[in-house]
Formats: sequence, C-alpha cells, structure tokens
Amino acid sequence: MKNISKYFPGVKALQNVDFTLCEGEIHALMGENGAGKSTLIKVLTGVYEKDGGSIFIKGKDKAVSIRSPQDAQKLGISTVYQEITLCPNLSVAENMYIGRSKGFCQSWKKMNAAADSILSSLGIPAKSTQQLSSCSIAIQQMVAIARAVDMDCKVLILDEPTSSLDEQEVEKLFGLMRDLKARGVGIIFVTHFLDQVYEVCDKITVLRDGQLVGEYEIKDLPRVKLVSKMLGKELDDMSDIKSESAVYSGKDSDITVFEAEGLQSSAGIKPFDFHIKKGEVNGFTGLLGSGRSECVRAIFGADRVIAGKVKKNGKEIKISKPIDAMKNGIAYLPEDRKIDGIVGDLSVRENIVLALQVMKGFFKPFSKAEAYKFADEYIKLLEIKTASADTPIKSLSGGNQQKVILARWLLMNPEYLILDEPTRGIDIGTKIEIQKLVLKLASEGISVTFISSETDEMLRTCSRLVVMRDRKVVGELSGDDLTQNKIMSTIAGGEG
Amino acid sequence: MGKNKNKTGSFMGIFRNQIFIPLAALLILALFNFIMDPSFFKITFGYNSVGNPVLSGYLITILDYGSELAILAIGMTLVTAASGGQDISVGAAIAIAGSVMLRVLCGTNSRPETLQAPIIVAFLVGCIVAMLFGAFNGILVAYFRVQPMVATLILYTAGRSIAAWINNNELPIISEPSFGYFGGFIPGVPIPTPFFIAVGCMIVTFLVLKFTTLGLYTQAVGINESSSRLNGLNPTFIKFFSFVLLGLCVAVAGLIKVSRLSTINYSVIAKDIEMDAILAVALGGNALSGGKFNMASSILGAYVIQFLTTTLYKFNVQSDALPAYKAVVVIVLVVMSAPAVREKLSSFMNKMKTKKSGAKEVSM
Repeated sequence: MKNISKYFPGVKALQNVDFTLCEGEIHALMGENGAGKSTLIKVLTGVYEKDGGSIFIKGKDKAVSIRSPQDAQKLGISTVYQEITLCPNLSVAENMYIGRSKGFCQSWKKMNAAADSILSSLGIPAKSTQQLSSCSIAIQQMVAIARAVDMDCKVLILDEPTSSLDEQEVEKLFGLMRDLKARGVGIIFVTHFLDQVYEVCDKITVLRDGQLVGEYEIKDLPRVKLVSKMLGKELDDMSDIKSESAVYSGKDSDITVFEAEGLQSSAGIKPFDFHIKKGEVNGFTGLLGSGRSECVRAIFGADRVIAGKVKKNGKEIKISKPIDAMKNGIAYLPEDRKIDGIVGDLSVRENIVLALQVMKGFFKPFSKAEAYKFADEYIKLLEIKTASADTPIKSLSGGNQQKVILARWLLMNPEYLILDEPTRGIDIGTKIEIQKLVLKLASEGISVTFISSETDEMLRTCSRLVVMRDRKVVGELSGDDLTQNKIMSTIAGGEG
Repeated sequence: MGKNKNKTGSFMGIFRNQIFIPLAALLILALFNFIMDPSFFKITFGYNSVGNPVLSGYLITILDYGSELAILAIGMTLVTAASGGQDISVGAAIAIAGSVMLRVLCGTNSRPETLQAPIIVAFLVGCIVAMLFGAFNGILVAYFRVQPMVATLILYTAGRSIAAWINNNELPIISEPSFGYFGGFIPGVPIPTPFFIAVGCMIVTFLVLKFTTLGLYTQAVGINESSSRLNGLNPTFIKFFSFVLLGLCVAVAGLIKVSRLSTINYSVIAKDIEMDAILAVALGGNALSGGKFNMASSILGAYVIQFLTTTLYKFNVQSDALPAYKAVVVIVLVVMSAPAVREKLSSFMNKMKTKKSGAKEVSM
C-alpha cells in the first residue's frame, strides 16, 4: 500500500501512509485511538474507498483496485473485525459459509460437516448447527477467524481479535496464527496489547494521527520506545499510579455506601453478597463468562432481579430498572459499547447529555446552550477527539466513543460508578488516563467498581477484588493478597 | 483558503440538510407547473355558494387538502422514529374516529334537526376513541413486539367495518352549518379552515418538541433500544406512546374529513391516506427504519405529495390513472432521498471538492 489517504468530513483520517506486508509474516499495526489503524484496514478491504494512493499485490504489476469487500475477498484478503460482524441469529455453519456458496443449491449436511471439521481442527468448542448468538463473544470471534481461515486467504487481517478473549483462548489463537504463518499467510495484527505484539509479531508499523511513524523489526524496537513512538512523547512512568494518587480520607470513609444481599438476576448468576465503601475502588474478576458483568448488571437493574435486596447507606432501596439505580446515584458503563452504550446516529452532544436528561425528566429538556456547555466541558476534560459536538458518535473511533459514554455518566455526578471493561479496545495512553481518572474520582469520594479482563489493570486500580467462577462468587481478595498469582489461583480454584 | 473552505462548508450544508430533499422536490414541481401553465399559481378572490368570501386556486387547494396529510405525517414520523415501522391503519382509524364523532353528534337519529351534543364533545370523544385504537396498535407493537406493519394490518382490515358498525351502517348527515366550518370556511375568513388546524398542530408539535424531550427520547429508542434502556428510558412505553400520539393526529384529521362532507362514506373516507402519510415521512428524508427524524421535513413532504396530486389533477389525469403517475414520480423522489444515494452523492461532491483543492495546492 502506497501513499494511502482517506478524508472524512473535518478529519484527515489517513495521510500518505505506506504499508508493506510480506508472505508468512505477522505484522503488527499499532497506534493510539484514532491513529488510523481501522481506517487503513477498511481501505485495504474495500469498506472505504481510498481518496489517494495505490495498493499492490504480489503477482500483479499494476495497482489493484479494491472497491468492495468482495473485491478484497477475491484477492485473498480476509478480515476479522474488532466488533463482530456475523449474523447472530444464523447457525455457526451458516455464518461460516454465508455469501460463499457456489450456485443456489446448498447441501446443508455437507456444509455442517465441513464446518464441524474446521472447528474441531482449530479446537473451537462450537457446534456447526448451534445458533451463533448462543455462543460467547470469544467463540463468536473464533468462528469469524475460522471463516477467514477456511476461505484460504493470503492476507488475514485481525482487528483487535484478542480484546474479548481470555488468556487460554488468546494462546490458542496465537497457535493458529503461527500455523497460518508457516503456511505462508501474511497476517496483519491490530491490537493494543503490547505483550501480545512481542509474543507473535515479526514487524511493527506504527501510525499516529493518520500518519506513518515508521516500520520496525520487532527486535529493533524495545517496548518503551514503541509506546513513546505511538504516543509521540516519552511515556511517564506507568508502573504505579496507585501510590501516587490520594486515597479518599473523609471521616465517612468507613461507611458502606451500597450493599447487596443474596442478589440474583434472571441472567443466571448464583445469589451473591456485595458491598462497597465510600471512595473505594473494587473490582469483579474472573474469566470471561464467569458472571462478573451479570453481577453489576443486577446491581444496576439492567437484568431482572429475582431475589435479594440492595441497601444504600443502610436503608433498603428498590431497584427494578435502570432509572431506579440512576436516581440512587448509580452509574453503569456497559461492557458492550456498540450494543448497550452508544446511540449511534445521535451526536456526541446528545449522547453525553442523554442520561442526565432522562434523570431530569420529560418536561425539562436542556437548552441547546446548556447541552453544548456540558458537551464542550467534557470533550475538553476527557480530551475526546471529535470534529465537533455535533458529530454523530458512530463516526468516532472506539476509544473516543468510550470517552463519550464515560462523560455521559460523569455528568450525572454519580455516587457509585460501575465501569464494565472501560478500557477494552482502547490504546495504552487512554487506558492510563482512564485508570488515573478512576483513582481521582475515588479520592473525591465516589465509589467505583472496575471490571477488566486485564488483571494488571485491576491490580493497579482496585483495593479489593471479588473473584468469580462459574457464575458464583468464590472469593474476595484485598491488601497483600492482591497479586497476580493469588488471583489466578483463586480463579482456577486450586490451592495457591 | 480557510475562508473559502468555510464558504463551501455552509454551501454543502444546505445539500446535506435533510429538508433539502422535499424542498428540491417542491421547487421542481413548482417549476414544472410554472413552465407548463403559469395560471397554476393564480389565486382568485370570490364568493362561494353560501356567500362567504373565499380564496380559490390550485395553491389554496394544496394548502387545504394537504392539511390532513400534514397532520398525519406528524404522528407517522414519531411512530416511524420510535418503532422503526409504520402504521398502515390510519385511514381505517380516521373512518372510526369520524364515525364516532357523527354518532355523538347525531345520537340515534341519523338525520337530526339539531345537534345532540356540542361539537367539542364529539371531537373529544373521537380523540379518546382514536387514541384507544392507537393504544391497541401500540400494545401489539411495544409490548408484544409484533412488527408494526403486521400489527396495524389488523385494524387496517377491520377498521372500516367497525366504523360502519358504530352507526349501524347508516350514513348520518349533519345539517348544522357550523359543523362544516372545520373542513370548509369560517364565514368571513377567506382561507380554508383545515389550513389553520394544520398550522395549529404544527405549532403544538413544535412546542412539544421544544419544551419536552420527546424528540431525543424517540430518536434514542429508535436508534438503540438496549442502550436507551440502560440510560433509564422505558423504550416499550415510548413506542406505545408514539402510537397513542398518532391516534390523536388521526382524530384531528378525522374531524376535518367528516366536516368536509358533513357525512361519511365508510369505504371511501381517507382511503389510501396511510400510504401518502408514510410517503411523506420517506420523502422528508427520514429513514423508515427509525431513528433520527426531521419533523419539518416530514410536514413539507406531506405538502409536496399534495402538490403532486393536485398537479396531476390539473393536467386532467384520469382518477383511475392517477396512482400510476404518482408512483413514477414517487419512485424518483424516494430514490433520490434514499440515504444510500445521498451518501454517494455527497461523497461524489466531496471528491470533486478535494480534487479541486488538490489541484489548487499543486498550482500554488
């Protein structure tokens, strides 16, 4: 790819970016949110039309034109996107073969058998006839990869494939990637996880603000340098932000703000107890699907609560739907940004004021001026990269969307903030910003529950961890017990 | 250079604005009429058979007969935005509302000498009934999650029979002249009353959208129901509510319809008006799959459709052939206003722009 450019209204998403991928190579594409990684990939796969530059492919002298995803597929370019783009209400096998059958006739039996054999060869625990939506996000992702693998691609693009996988699944994926690499497939790997880059990749290309920073051999670029290249500045010490920040020390710091007893929701978690003190940061940890999201959803009233009670400051409160929780000062940043978080076609401004507006009531709309004031304040505060407050949120990059949703809840001035995977798919600079923000909020007396798939992130922010396994709370760690090993062993259920 | 860019920005803004589409359609239609026969725009002042001063002319006809459509378009826009579907029962519901009003006015006698109840009472009862039927649709759509078009198909099929049954299949006729004011002229006012009613509805709608959060809520629910719920909204109720509001619009339109004739014909009244109302929403550039809407654009769309109908009548298109002609024009309009086409168009424009500015940079 040479001199690729792409413009959006008000933003230059890519400016003269070069990118080279060799056969049998795993090439990491790195950059902060909005650096242009996803855009570059969408240009390569024909989702966006490029505004300049040309693409060359081995065996062809002339530049190829890729104008649609079908063109890209014909050239052997397959993509697995950050957000899953399969059809959840079709079966696994149908998803793998959709749009690829020759002719109109389709042997379902054959298709299912073929799908099963691929799935089992890749070690993916899914049945071909299963409906896709009944699989976990991780499995859905792997089905998408299986589909790409089966299409015999020469170039495989993995856009943030690991952000929703747990460690074992990531290992499995890496095995698969090495396997494909040995077969001569070129893989473009987009990720925010530095460890993973150094584990599997051969080369790194770094983008920043839509421009090429450089292409590097992996051994020539130590981690610290990579990060500073991505950020465009030297990284301040990220090791221990907890000790730097002040801990909330009001005289009411011992008061339990929220507490739940025997809480159980229709999402199928075992009854659990829970409590949080003023200005405390705690977390739910556990493998994907262990029920950590379901717990906080139950507290927020997002799922139907079937048993148990919730107390605020010792008084029992009734939370049967989200508005009840919001009125009691609870804010919830959901796990799945695309489905539960953003309201895509609405502007950044409307997305920011939405929750507060609902709280304020039907007959008291904010004036435009007020809404702009709020929006501009938080766009500045959280450094949200957007062309204006009127830009539709769906045209922002993932990390900036997340910041908008965060702004929405901060605007509500909550007493208790629940963050479910707030840093998923977000670059390292923003991640640290969010972590710092969490600790800062806590020091101001806001209680925070923080959920993340990355244990070190939890360790850096939380002072107490609730460990979950198989939809059940299996332990609680705090103080000296907060170590990687201890957490792992509690999750695994073995003696540590 | 920067200045120049700003200028093109605002210039492009007009094109990108949703209201551009119905506006352009209106201008094209007007231009067509102007070229073919400028007398289309002539408005004459005269006296009608009762001796009241009235304005007449094709433009007046459009403003007059476009009123019901514009009022329905308001409700239809809300239903479309919130539920991502359309109500195809509004024509039948108008028959019901109209029938109820006549029933209240006439009592048991279908040819009353005097009205059995004040008109306002009849109207309010009609409103309540229409809103109940709207609520029926709303319950099916919002609570039972039936697809809007399927849910409203029930009332579409049954509505006109219900309307006939309300009056025992008789055709009541109101002789009281004041009832005719709503669909005709108030003595001394030369502008047709339906236009005033429509303007009144628009003002109320504008105020509601300005002083409540109805717009934000319906759009949020239409775009992302799950997210709306987590933001404390009740998507089910908002969908339900949009159908009830459409019921209110139906009642107002029904009053105008029965007032025009001072009687009712169950199988003909407001026939096919649901399709025109849906078209008005589409023509206004609103996605029929719900989400963002532009109310002014929908209302303008309604008048554009009436403009088209009137134009076709003017050129003596036979009433049988009318729908076919209308369809051709509508295809063109709707394709032009489809988001996909607009996106292509605007990206084409952008390309032209960047090419131009690129060339400029080189020359500099």
